[in-house]
Amino acid sequence: MIRLIAVLTSLLTLAQTAQAEVDIEVVNTPSGLTAWLVEAPEIPFVALEMRFGGGTSLDALGKRGSVNLMVGLLEEGAGAMDARGFAERTEELAASFDFDAYSDSISISARFLSENRDEAIDLLRLALNEPRFDQDAIDRVLGQVISGIKSDLKDPDVIARRKFSALAFQDHPYGSSGEGTEDSVSALTRDDLVQAHRDTMTRDRLHIAAVGDINAADLAVLLDTLLAELPEQAAPWPDVADYGLDGGITVVPFDTPQSVAVFGHEGIQRDDPDFFAAYILNELLGGSGFDSRLQSEVRVKRGLTYGVYTYLAPRDHGPLFLGGVSSSNDRVSEAVAVIQDEWARMANEGVSEEELELMKTYLTGSYPLRFDGNARIAGILVSMQQSQLGPDYVNTRNDNIRAVTVDDIRRVAARIMRPEDLHFVVVGNPQGLEASN
Amino acid sequence: MRLFSLTALLVSALAAGAHAAKVTTGQLENGLEIVVIEDHRAPVAVHMLWYRTGAADEPPGKSGIAHFLEHLLFKATDTLESGEFSRVVSANGGTDNAFTSWDYTAYFQRVAADRLGLMMQMEADRMRNIRLTEDDILTERDVILEERNQRTDTNPAALFGEQRRAAQYLNHPYAIPIIGWRHEMERLSMEDALDFYRTYYAPNNAILIVAGDVEPAEVMALAEEHYGPIAANPDLVARVRPSEPPHLAERRIMFSDPRVAQPYVVRTYLAPERDSGAQKDAAALTLLAEVLGGTGATSYLGQKLEFESQRSVYTLAFYGGTSLDDTSFGFVIVPVEGRTLEQAEDDLDETIALFLEEGIDPDQFERIKMQLRASEIYDTDSTSRLARRYGAALTSGLTVEDVQSWPEVLQEVTTEDVMAAARMVFDRNKAVTGYLMRDETSPEEATQ
Repeated sequence: MIRLIAVLTSLLTLAQTAQAEVDIEVVNTPSGLTAWLVEAPEIPFVALEMRFGGGTSLDALGKRGSVNLMVGLLEEGAGAMDARGFAERTEELAASFDFDAYSDSISISARFLSENRDEAIDLLRLALNEPRFDQDAIDRVLGQVISGIKSDLKDPDVIARRKFSALAFQDHPYGSSGEGTEDSVSALTRDDLVQAHRDTMTRDRLHIAAVGDINAADLAVLLDTLLAELPEQAAPWPDVADYGLDGGITVVPFDTPQSVAVFGHEGIQRDDPDFFAAYILNELLGGSGFDSRLQSEVRVKRGLTYGVYTYLAPRDHGPLFLGGVSSSNDRVSEAVAVIQDEWARMANEGVSEEELELMKTYLTGSYPLRFDGNARIAGILVSMQQSQLGPDYVNTRNDNIRAVTVDDIRRVAARIMRPEDLHFVVVGNPQGLEASN
Repeated sequence: MRLFSLTALLVSALAAGAHAAKVTTGQLENGLEIVVIEDHRAPVAVHMLWYRTGAADEPPGKSGIAHFLEHLLFKATDTLESGEFSRVVSANGGTDNAFTSWDYTAYFQRVAADRLGLMMQMEADRMRNIRLTEDDILTERDVILEERNQRTDTNPAALFGEQRRAAQYLNHPYAIPIIGWRHEMERLSMEDALDFYRTYYAPNNAILIVAGDVEPAEVMALAEEHYGPIAANPDLVARVRPSEPPHLAERRIMFSDPRVAQPYVVRTYLAPERDSGAQKDAAALTLLAEVLGGTGATSYLGQKLEFESQRSVYTLAFYGGTSLDDTSFGFVIVPVEGRTLEQAEDDLDETIALFLEEGIDPDQFERIKMQLRASEIYDTDSTSRLARRYGAALTSGLTVEDVQSWPEVLQEVTTEDVMAAARMVFDRNKAVTGYLMRDETSPEEATQ
């Protein structure tokens, strides 16, 4: 261990000096939009990230899957172009546009060359403002969506996640898949898609980040070209998602050699003053890296799994503290027992000074390393906005991590970790595991 | 839209290419090759050590040993405790991991650029000094068996892919899965791991790749300091694997599983890979995959089967040219509801026949080339990806010059070259056609 100590000593300088080397400029457009920009002229392209808050949780009543299907159709014909024409134009320009629907947002990721920036933005403007929703395109994409829904019904990982969500949130949109069911999507009409577009792709919950070869003045013009015509206001937010699950074990029988378990209980919101302590706590319990307590106890010491993890899911209307593990049917009961023990140990004892210091060193040292590439930086900046953080966060984040004490962790562990409420959904043929309901 | 996931099958159709980043190469006296890729935008470095050994270099009966050994390199050495390697990387704000393929095994760390020396010190240490215990073997063997469970045994598409690959190669060890066959994995021992380690883990069988905010001269000096003292393995033998005999009969596999939700057809043909100084055929095949089954809305298969006749819900053509030995060119056809797999296979064959008659739309060809040119720009945004590209190429028999000339080779390909490549590769005697089918029995019934 001598070497390790020497390394840690030398690291103190790194921890104190390393800062994220990004210069974020806040750009306000004439039409009233706000974007964050990092100018990076080294490579002649721009990465542009946009998030429309709300996402599939804004599906109208009885129209589950409409937002997801609508988003899938944005690149399937717009303005005077049909699906093929749109795809050909995108290829000619060597631009790339990704459209995705999530439970709390619609995500648009664009990448375009400096040499044909205006043409690429014209094309993206059509997709966002004038999608055609041609019936033949609807039918084709619907077929793909239904194929995906059917596959999900036989995927043990998806079954476990969905079952947990359904038990936790029942009738709230969080309780069901944003893709909808085969029945719900089959019943959707073109009018439903037009409505879903009107309800979700609006200027009031829009977050924007751009990184690359563009200056603030040009970005302002570009964004107004792209987004000035969109409606101002989205459909109302859904209600708060009440968490309705107690501790216990639910088994979903599925014929497969390895059981998949999803476990967790309520979590903590991103704007909670205890969030930093909770974040570090989760990293120590089951965060990324080989060295979390769960990885150490379940994988390294006992060989019960290839991977076990936990994460905080601070979603807009109902936060969760979740984890997952896969283990052979004959060994999963042991994995579950070890996880239950570790959950209780963390709740009761918190962490040691040494564990906390090591983790803080890792978290503060690794933070600046994330900012290495236009696309990565744009993704980080737009996530910060979604979390209601200011541009200065990149400079204060590490101080907030360093300020967390062992006492904070112990207090927050006692507050947010509730071993008696920990619920496992196990999909497979687990042996020796007593289902509680 | 990309809704259909075929993780076991997807191979990037756009293979390696050169780029604008500055690349410097060198070699130590003990044979270690060095590639430095500069990117000074952020104070980050990726340190990778690639070994020219992988699953296709395993002794018969020891499938999975290359990957098992990769796991075991995170255990103790003479000077580090088990797990300490990763703990030191974390304590320095870095992340680390490793991966194994048929042609390579690679270890990497992503750290602040001023930590490079420490990474080299530890990576050089575990090239020669691992110290395993019987307990490591037993516990970590359980971990790789759980990994096989998670990646393969719980996933009918992965099992199907494994069977299809085994049928593709009559003699070459590419037929064997990287993770290993379960019955052989269960018997892998410490001796097996150490035999493989002593044979292949040596500086004259490795390539060091450092990418990021580094100066080449400094990297070379650090490499000399940390890797320089390690002696070459004089007994290292040339990588000559059993090769394929003539393929005289097409193969067909039918795989049923109650867990299959979406049946589909896969066809793969044995195909040539990129060879050093002779990458033209592979370049033509790379473009062929794009023309036939790249983007659904513009590819030939997508147009005919998804848009015009609406017989397929999804189509794909794929080709992975970066490989030491013979690779494959393949198709996936997912039929619409109500269409059988036999019909889907006929749809594929009719469309290929029509393509051989009609040829390539020159506008489409130009758009694909434009995208390839643009990818030279986009790719410089991720130095990790560039580093991986060099590593995969150099462990697959290619040189730095091959990697750098690849974009030009791709641009020089003509539509005639692509059609000639198509006529060459679409030989049913060299093909495996696989049906992934839904078992009639429902999973609920199968449980009881």
